Amino acid sequence: MAKELMKGCEAIAEAAIQAGCRYFFGYPITPQNDIPEYMSLRLPQVGGCFLQAESELAAINMVYGAGGAGARVMTSSSSPGISLKQEGISTIAGAEVPCVIVNMMRGGPGLGNIQASQGDYFQAVKGGGHGDYRSIVIAPSSIQETVDLMPHAFDLADNYRIPVIILADGLIGQMMEPVELHMNPNPMLPEKPWAAQGWDPKGTRPRAIINSLYIETEDLDGLMTRLNARYDVIREKEVMVEKYHTEGAEYILCAYGTVARVCKAAVRILEENGIKAGLVRPITLWPFPTKEVKEVFEQESVKAGLTVEISNGQMVEDIRLAVNGIKPIEYMGKGGSIIPAAEDIAERIMQMRRA
Amino acid sequence: MVERNIFAGFGGQGVLLMGQLLAAAGMMEGKNTSWIPSYGPEMRGGTANCSVMLSDQEIDSPLVTRPTSLIVMNRPSLEKFEDKVVPGGSIFVNSSMIDIKVKRTDVNAYYVPCTEIAAELGNSKVSNMIMLGAYLGKSKCVEVETVLKALLEKLGEKKAKLIPLNREALLRGASCIEE
Repeated sequence: MAKELMKGCEAIAEAAIQAGCRYFFGYPITPQNDIPEYMSLRLPQVGGCFLQAESELAAINMVYGAGGAGARVMTSSSSPGISLKQEGISTIAGAEVPCVIVNMMRGGPGLGNIQASQGDYFQAVKGGGHGDYRSIVIAPSSIQETVDLMPHAFDLADNYRIPVIILADGLIGQMMEPVELHMNPNPMLPEKPWAAQGWDPKGTRPRAIINSLYIETEDLDGLMTRLNARYDVIREKEVMVEKYHTEGAEYILCAYGTVARVCKAAVRILEENGIKAGLVRPITLWPFPTKEVKEVFEQESVKAGLTVEISNGQMVEDIRLAVNGIKPIEYMGKGGSIIPAAEDIAERIMQMRRA
Repeated sequence: MVERNIFAGFGGQGVLLMGQLLAAAGMMEGKNTSWIPSYGPEMRGGTANCSVMLSDQEIDSPLVTRPTSLIVMNRPSLEKFEDKVVPGGSIFVNSSMIDIKVKRTDVNAYYVPCTEIAAELGNSKVSNMIMLGAYLGKSKCVEVETVLKALLEKLGEKKAKLIPLNREALLRGASCIEE
């Protein structure tokens, strides 16, 4: 298919449909309104259902219901709206229901602003809702990558019966880039024998019960054991990371999402100035590419690292845990939607070099 | 070739569309492109701007902090972005609406009377296309006909009758630079 110039939000929505998503429940919030708008037009055309719920809480519980019935379902929102969905996300994780949740992060805390931000890293990666659970968190850095990863996101959700969060910043939703969609009119969906799809009075299959309440201690322990085993497999098999010019580099930038692209420009500027620099870009934030980050920093050539974020230093904690003190890791960035310029990132590395 | 552009003006002057058409035309000619709108609490009459990149190489950062070309349709935009243009870059000024000159001496300034030319063409709505034509006349980064192809896709066949007027607007803008 020829490339099309598409807005990030619209491309994500179409990619979800091509991945077999037929149900979308959401509530409006900037900067992701183009997703529900697009879904409201397209889903009826493909025999799906778009519904604007009365609140974020209602929307996420509709996702719970549709996911529990075995459908490919998605919701999207932006930071304050995602906070409102946390109760539902915890329930979905506890009930082992697959779904995809898009967060087009905007500035926070509270209502913040409507510009791009990465302030929800902790919320997405470390929990968000209550209880011991994980969500797979995917952080694309371009519209094409987002589109390419959508089918994978739905597959991961189905395979592991886990919520998958697409953690993007508002810029990815609002910008336009040429994008090639993978058209798939009849996506093959996996069997879901566990799904609640109506009771069979002949009793040919056990009743499917979707529930997150395990009142007996032993039963909840059973869920925990099951989830932990699954999380271990995910940690082992589902890490995605990009290493850019890291081989033999002296300084390593660490960033995800749009900021990682600014860091690539900084790498270019540094190389033009004869400084060997590279970038490690986690594509999955959970599972975090701990081993891969560590390997990069174990290289003898590497002197130090710099983590760059549009937040007050969140991912830097995971980078430091991965590097475990073998090299110094500095942090650059700010909450509140100020994106550091490539020139400033390069300058910071030059300062580190002079120090 | 790397073009880093900022288009800026009042909401309603068509600055976002100018940028979109350029990005779409660049894509049609096989270049890498990106378009980022300002999306604050903008409204008609407020300020709006977009960043557009065109490159033969992969675009790393789509953010334009130091534009190679600044295209401004109103005075607040010139005042806001003038200092950011790279030395040797270009500033395209809608002289119909901007009553000041470019202060910097290390950039090329082009003054395009967009409203007057649009009035000559009989449609004030094509001011933005005259300005885009001026930019194309200087940068030559995409063909006028490709921009029109992108415009036709945007308008749909039903409004194809608007293409000749827009062609004339682009060409008038371009010739304004060549003079």
